[in-house]
This record gives sequence, C-alpha cells and structure tokens, in this order.
Amino acid sequence: MSYLRGLWIVFLHLFRRSDTVQYPKEMTYLPPRFRGRIILSRDPDGGERCVACYLCAVACPVDCIALQATEDESGRRYPAWFRINFSRCIYCGFCEEACPTYAIQLTPDTEMSEYARASMVYEKEDLQIAGTGKYHDYNFYRVAGLSIGGKGKGEAENEAPPVDSKRLLP
Amino acid sequence: MACLTRPREGNRVAISDEEAVRFRATVIELLMISHPHDCPVCDEGGECHLQDMTVMTGHVYRRYPYRKRTFENHDLGPFVTHEMNRCIQCYRCLRFYVDYAGGHDFDAFGLRNEVYFGRLRDGALDSEFSGNLVEVCPVGVFDDKTLAAHYTRKWDLQTAPAVCAFCGRGCNTIAGERYGELRRVLNRFNGEVNGYFLCDRGRYAYESVNGAERVRKPIVGLSGLSASELVRGLGARLESALGERRVAVGARPRVARPRPVGIGSPRASLEANFALKRLVGAERFFLGLADGEQTLVERAAELLREGPSPAPTLHDIEAADLVLVLGEDLTNTAPMLDFSVRRWARLRPTVAEERLGIARWNDAGVGAVKKEEPSALWLATTHAGKLDEIAAETFHAAPDDLARFALALAAALDSKGGSRTAGEPPQKSRSAKARSAKRSAADGPSASLTADGPASDGDARLERFAAALRAARRPVVISGVSCGSLALLEAAAALARALPGPPPAAAAPLALVVPEVNSMGLVLLGGGRLSEAFRLAAEGDVEVALVIENDLYRRAPAAQVEAFLKASRTAIVIDHVKTATMAAAAAVLPAASWAEATGTFVSHEGRAQRSFQVMVPPRPVQPTWRWLSALASAARLPAGQNWLRLDDVLAELARERPDLAPAALVAPNADARVADMKIPRQASRYSGRTAMHADVSVFEPTPPDDHDAPLSFSMEGYRDEPPAPLVTRFHAPRWNSVQALNKFQQEVGGPLRGGDPGVRLIEPPAVPTSIPAAAQSSTAVTPSPPRPAAAPSSRPAPPPAFRPALDRLLAVPLHHIYGSEELSMLSPPVAGRAPAAYVALNALDAERLGAREGRPLKVTLDELHLSLPVRIVASLPEGVAGLPVGLPGQPFVALPAELEIEHEDGHA
Repeated sequence: MSYLRGLWIVFLHLFRRSDTVQYPKEMTYLPPRFRGRIILSRDPDGGERCVACYLCAVACPVDCIALQATEDESGRRYPAWFRINFSRCIYCGFCEEACPTYAIQLTPDTEMSEYARASMVYEKEDLQIAGTGKYHDYNFYRVAGLSIGGKGKGEAENEAPPVDSKRLLP
Repeated sequence: MACLTRPREGNRVAISDEEAVRFRATVIELLMISHPHDCPVCDEGGECHLQDMTVMTGHVYRRYPYRKRTFENHDLGPFVTHEMNRCIQCYRCLRFYVDYAGGHDFDAFGLRNEVYFGRLRDGALDSEFSGNLVEVCPVGVFDDKTLAAHYTRKWDLQTAPAVCAFCGRGCNTIAGERYGELRRVLNRFNGEVNGYFLCDRGRYAYESVNGAERVRKPIVGLSGLSASELVRGLGARLESALGERRVAVGARPRVARPRPVGIGSPRASLEANFALKRLVGAERFFLGLADGEQTLVERAAELLREGPSPAPTLHDIEAADLVLVLGEDLTNTAPMLDFSVRRWARLRPTVAEERLGIARWNDAGVGAVKKEEPSALWLATTHAGKLDEIAAETFHAAPDDLARFALALAAALDSKGGSRTAGEPPQKSRSAKARSAKRSAADGPSASLTADGPASDGDARLERFAAALRAARRPVVISGVSCGSLALLEAAAALARALPGPPPAAAAPLALVVPEVNSMGLVLLGGGRLSEAFRLAAEGDVEVALVIENDLYRRAPAAQVEAFLKASRTAIVIDHVKTATMAAAAAVLPAASWAEATGTFVSHEGRAQRSFQVMVPPRPVQPTWRWLSALASAARLPAGQNWLRLDDVLAELARERPDLAPAALVAPNADARVADMKIPRQASRYSGRTAMHADVSVFEPTPPDDHDAPLSFSMEGYRDEPPAPLVTRFHAPRWNSVQALNKFQQEVGGPLRGGDPGVRLIEPPAVPTSIPAAAQSSTAVTPSPPRPAAAPSSRPAPPPAFRPALDRLLAVPLHHIYGSEELSMLSPPVAGRAPAAYVALNALDAERLGAREGRPLKVTLDELHLSLPVRIVASLPEGVAGLPVGLPGQPFVALPAELEIEHEDGHA
C-alpha cells in the first residue's frame, strides 16, 4: 500500500513547478542583503568611503582582511592598499557590521569560483565599486569633526564655527 | 567628588554603588558632548582612555541636541599631531609639558568651555619630551606623527619589550612592528630607570631600523656569493690566519704572524661583543671606543665598582634634597636624566610642605609651594643648558676648572682633614670648615680665575655651593664622560665621597653618564684600545679584522682608520647600517638591528637589561653573535661553534665571567614558560593573518620560532599578565589604552609586579657605616659623619687652572639630543631637528677674532682644517670654543682639543 502512495506522490510532482533553475542561463533571486562577494563603496560625492580604520580587519574571525591606512595632503584617510583573501572568507558579514562608514558591504554575488586559490585574493582595485551600494546617503566626513579638503573646521553637521582661542570675552 | 576628599576615620568608599556608577556615566556623557564623531580616523582609537571609559560606563546615544564646539589646530612639528576638537579639557598636557617637562611654548588659552591647549602659533614643540604628550593625552588631541605616516592600530602591532638604543640611560620601551616595518616606540614603565616617560630621541629614532641606510644583504667585493658561501670563505680565511699562527707558535714562538683582531662596539649587545671576544681571543679584542672615551668610561666603571658612591636609581634621585650636576649638559647627553631632575625639582619633598601640611597628592599645592622655595639644583657645566633655568645657581667654566671647582667643594666640605692644600689637624666645628673652605678657595682650586675676573666672586660662589651641599642630607651628584675630562670625573667622585649618602651607602649617589647604550657593558667586558689595534695592523700583525656594529670613522681620525683597514688584509664588517667603514671592507655581513635581535645591554648605572626581538628580519639578516658563531664554525674554531641559542652565549659568558653572570638572569631564559605557554608578541585581536602575505602566497607561513626568548611571534600563548621583564604591551580586559599600566603595577606609581626589570652588575662594596641612627634622623646642619673613603689624601690632585690663550681656544664637545647619536640620525624626523655643523664661540672671543654669527670661520684642530659657521654661545667661558659632537659627515676629533683660528679674511 505504501508503495502505491509513494508512486502517487511522485506522480503528483510532475504537475508541480520545478525548484531547479537552469543556472547559469537562468539566475536565481538573491535579496539585496544577501551576504556574498564583498565590495568597497563610494560616498554620494564619489569619494572613497573607506577611511582605513581597521575595524573590518579586527572584526574578521578568519583574519582575511588586511589593509594599510594612509592620508592625502588634506588629512583625508583612505587605504593605501586593501586586500581580502576570499579563499579564507566565510561571508559572515561581521566586517560590514563593524564598518563605521558603510564602506565595506556584502553583495548578492556568489559567483567567485576560481581554479587557483591565488585568484581569490582581491586587492583594492578589485573591491572598489563606483557607487554607494546599499546605503545611498551617508558620508562619514560630513558628520565627523575632522577637517579634510573642501570641509574646514566647524563645517560638519551640527558643529559650531571654530573658537577663537585668543578671545577673552566672557 | 571623592578623589580630592581627604579620607577620615570611619569613611566608607564605594565605587560600585549605583549612584557612583550613574555619576560616572553622567560625567562621561558630559565629556562626550563636543567630542567629534571621528574615532575611525583617530589614531588614538583602540587605545583611547575616553573610548574605554565611554564603553565601560555604557554611554551609547547622544542626547545633547545642540552644536559641537570646534577648534582650529596647530602644526606642532615632526613629532606630534594636534586635533583640538577631541579635547576634553583635562589639563594633563599642560601639567606634563609645562609643570614637569619645563616647556615654555605651550599653554592653555581661552575661557570656560572653550579652553584651548596649544602653542601661540604653528611651530615645532620645543621640549625634548614632547612625545610624551602622545601617551599623556587620554584622547586623540596629541598623537604620534611618525606613526600616522604608517598608521597601525595598537592591536595590530607585534610588540616586544625593548631597551632604548639611543643613549646610555637604558630606558625601557615597547617597540611595535607591522608588515615587517618598525612602526612606533612607546614607553615601558620601569620605576628605577625611566618611570612613565621617554625622551623624543628615544621615541622617534626607531625609523633608523626601517631606513634606506640598512644593510640587508651581504656585500662582497665583486662576486654575488650567497651568505653561506661567504661565511665558508671567510671562515677559511680566518682559519688560515689562525692556522699560520698555530704553526708559528709551535715552530718559532718568538715570531708573531698575522692574526685576526676583533673590534667591538658600544652599540652592540653584550652577547655580540662577548662572542667576538671569544672568537678572536681576549688579547686580540678591542673595544672600538675612541681612546679618550675608553679611558673615561673605564674609569667611570671603576669608580662605580670601587664605591662608596652607588649609582642612583630613579628613586634615589626622587628622594634627593639636592642635585649637583658637574660638566654634563643632561638635556643633550642623557635626556631622561634631565627629565628626572626636572620632575624631582617639581616633586621633591620640602620642609615647607610638611610645615603647611600639604599632602603629596595635592599637586597644585605642592607646585605652589615649590614656586616659593629656592631651587635645590646646582649646576657646574661648560656652557648653559636648558636645565639652567631651574637651577639655584650655575657656573660655567672649562672642564679643568670645573674639576678644580669640584675638588675645592670637596675640600670645603671635608670635616676631617680641613683644607686640601695644607695638612691641618682635623677640625669638626662649622666655623673651621667654613674657614678651610674659604682658604682653599683662595689657594686657587676655585675656578673663578677665568670665568669672571675677581677671585672674590669665585670665593662667594664656592661658598654658596658649599653651604648648600653642607646643608644637604641626601644629595645626588651627576657627572659623566661627555666633557671628555678625566680630572672632572675624578673630582666628581671625590666630591660624592665627601657627601653623605642615603643610609646603606657611605657616600652620596653618583650618576656617571656614558654616551652609548652598551658603553658600560663593553667596558665591563673589557678589551684593548683602538690605537693598539691600529699599531698591530701597522706592524703587519693583522690578517683579518672583524669589526662589529661600529663605524671606526666615528672613533678615530680618518687617516688612522684608513691605514688600519688597508693594513689588515681582510676586513669583515658586521653591521646593520651602512657606514664609511664598510667602504674598505672585504666583506660586509648584514646584522640584525636592536629591534631584530634579543640582547643584553648595560646602562650607565651598570644595570643589565634584556631587549627582546620585536620582528623577524628577512634572511640572511641575523644577530651579530650568530654571524660570529657561523664564522667560528666555518673556521673550525672551538669557541662559539655550538651556539644555537642566545642562552648558550649567556651560559658561556656566565662561565667565563662570573662577575657578569647576573646578565644572564635579567629576564627568564628561552625555555621559560608561563602555564606551559610562551608569551605572545601579538595581541589576541591581531588582524590580517591570512591576508597580509596573500599577495605573495595564499599559503600562510608558519609563525617563526623564537629560540632566544620565551616570547612567540604569534597570537597564541599566555594571555594574562606575564613576568615584568616580558611585558609585551600594557593591556587589560576593557583597558585598551596605556592607562592599563596600573593593572601591572603593585600599586599606582609603584614598581611593576614582580619588581622592576633589570639587574645591576656593579654595586659598590657594602661598607658598614658607623653612623648612629640618631645622626641620620637629626636635622643638624652638619650631617657629614666620618666616612672611610673620604680621606683627603686619596683625593686626586687638581689639574692646573685653565688659562685662555690669545691665539688658540680650547674646543669642548657640545652634545645635541638630535644630532650627536649615530643611529638616531638615520631617522628622518630626528635628523630634521639636528643642527648643521658649527663652531660655538663666546661673544668676547668672537669679537676679538672678528667672527660674526653665521659667518664661516676657518679653524685648525688636530691637523684638520675646517670652515664652520660661527654660533655665539654667550655662556661659554672665555677662551673656550664649542664643537658639536657626532654630526654626520663631520670628521672625528678627540675633544677637548686645542683649536687654532686661521686668520685670513675673517676680520671686518
């Protein structure tokens, strides 16, 4: 009896929609917050968002992020180089959570197969994208009190103009 | 607030009470009101006291709706950054920089919530201790500018306990490495040496390790041999040199045949020098110091060994009631001693404080009292230094006159023998002493003759100095070798002997400053003079010359060095920086720098301290002693062949030299483990392990083994507090900033748990004192009891008084904190602050010679013709000129020396 039931169920599946997708001809839907390949985004003004604070590197449980901070002549910090060893990455998303500037983001892209492990090592130019990624409006330097090129002291959000330290008025 | 409330009987103090916790949270929230939103780009982030406290008190969301206050910044020079927005107005910078370090170019400006800390305008901070602002500041207002150039977070640095390699003081440091580059140096607390602070040379000279001047590959005359081939070749050469001798000694014992000589170095570790001494034999080992300097440092070591004056620790200086400096420009020769003296001047216990009932914690009160009190610092130097401004009185004279002055003081103090010149029966009354002082001054030992005309001035000065010394119960004498005067060294020791010391010591502590990190250790190891090596070479008795970590052109006249290198057929130089000596070498082997090798260094007070390897150098760079051991093996010599680890060298050292045996015990040996684990050099959060080398290979390398130390080059190991000599960083759970130091001390301000590291190799023999306890505690003005070694007969004869000549000047050495030290000048930020070569003249002499400030003056000295711009130094005594020491590119001159002025066009 159970055999017949099993056959009946298999028969019914002939009329169900197939779950199998003809990848790669057909792509499956991955939501925007899917944790796939990591990118470095830019702020709305087109500047690099990454300020090389090392928080992604320290948050990484497999230590697969390494970078070196540097700054331009106006004092703006950015990574001189930024490397992610995707052959070690576990796509946990901790780096994105740790990032104070929304620079590092995980994307719904999983197509990263390579024949050689060395090809899984991504440098900054492989990671940097042209857009803002998931977060469109945030620009760290508009909020932070550090002056950079094009933004002086007291010009960030919620800041008073610089104090004249030689003024003695009460 | 409780921190300024005096405890009373029956008080109960709770720091974890709900109200107290809430109170702290409120304070932090208040401090955060104007704090800029820039932790990610702040260099303090990850080691910030405010950040730690904010996290600990749980302040997360900003509730204050109004605008943040902002400030403009200053450019504070090459050492320190300035970002005033981050300031929380704690005043620590001001209290350190102005109150303790004695800086004048820094202040608080403005009012109420707009107080601004900085200079009046842009400009490099003037103080030699400005780098401490980086550690003192609890937020990111002041940060390390050299670190910012290759910024790395604290958790990413591979750190190890090191000993500062840039003067003879032996301050303890923590050096940090990342990506194969040394990135910064922080202070490592040692209550007996440097306390909480470092000088700027010590903090910023580290870049010499990364510099372009490093030797990283063997250099051979023509062919590109590999390191091992080279060692084999050189070993064979060495063997043949020794072999010939063996035959020669066997056959014709009288005929000397060419043999090797070894030239050590005061900047190489004790182990490296010992390895060389073992390799070439004791009678063929030469210290590699300038001859004059060797005489002086050897005598300094003897004086410390003979006693009865012990070398003072930092505690001895802090407890002193008078400090007398003889002939040392401390700011430039031993900067941290200068700082210790400044700190002492600010904190020394005084009678007024006791009388007014001002407690020690009351810093403002203590400071106010000190302003009213006369200074207890007395200086007698060749020229004015930065310490002069806090001295009770200063006296500038030629080195010989300083020696005479010190001896006259000793004679004036002597309670037993009366005057030095006439052998009167011992008198003990005060008046007799005063009389004898006066007479001895009139007799001539007072050095007033040259400095300022009438002898009576000199008498009065001598009497003022003597009166102060007589009243002192715990004086400390500081002198050293930087004046180049043996007479002064002897006189300083004689004076210290005539002064009372702290209870177990029979005489006042005597600090003798030596120039380099291991000068004292080298002299304790013992060896011949450079001139003897030169003589051997000239006689054709040198086949192979082994020079380790030494630039001979800084030690002897260029002609002699050239002749020596030419005469010794094969010169092998083992060094980590490129030097002029290498030009004539047959082979150069790349040595590990202080940050790449573990080694023991002996400071000026005879304190042996272990400096641990911070980073692994790329092959074939290795510690000097390993090169020497490899050479020994290649030459099939028994000495040093089986040395695999540093402990083998130290064991051999202890066997051969029982007096230096404690040097092996200054830190746990390589087999030591805590809970079966090594101490990790990397923090538990060290990042990027699997990515930093991935551009070269995705297969992560195994962490290298450290055979020389119980430290590991990894994150793995014992996480809790290690033994004091092995502290790789100050960090405790939730305490990421340097404030975590308090978790490592027995109590706040006390020694590290387990004792401050370092062992003194020289302690004067314990002389049982006959001082009754009552005499110690009495406040009598004449405290000096009879002391065994204070017999006037043992006192050295004073040198003849210096008389200025018309046609020539006496050139004395002028030291520069930035400039006089060889390695630190390879660090760009330090080199940038160094002066260009000059000749310093007294204003009178300058006028007489028609020389003008900035104009070149042609001088001859020691057969060298130099043309140097003139700098007028008003404080130089008449007839004395000053020459800066050790500036790169300046030829070696043994100072003090006679300097002749070449007249031709200088006259106006």
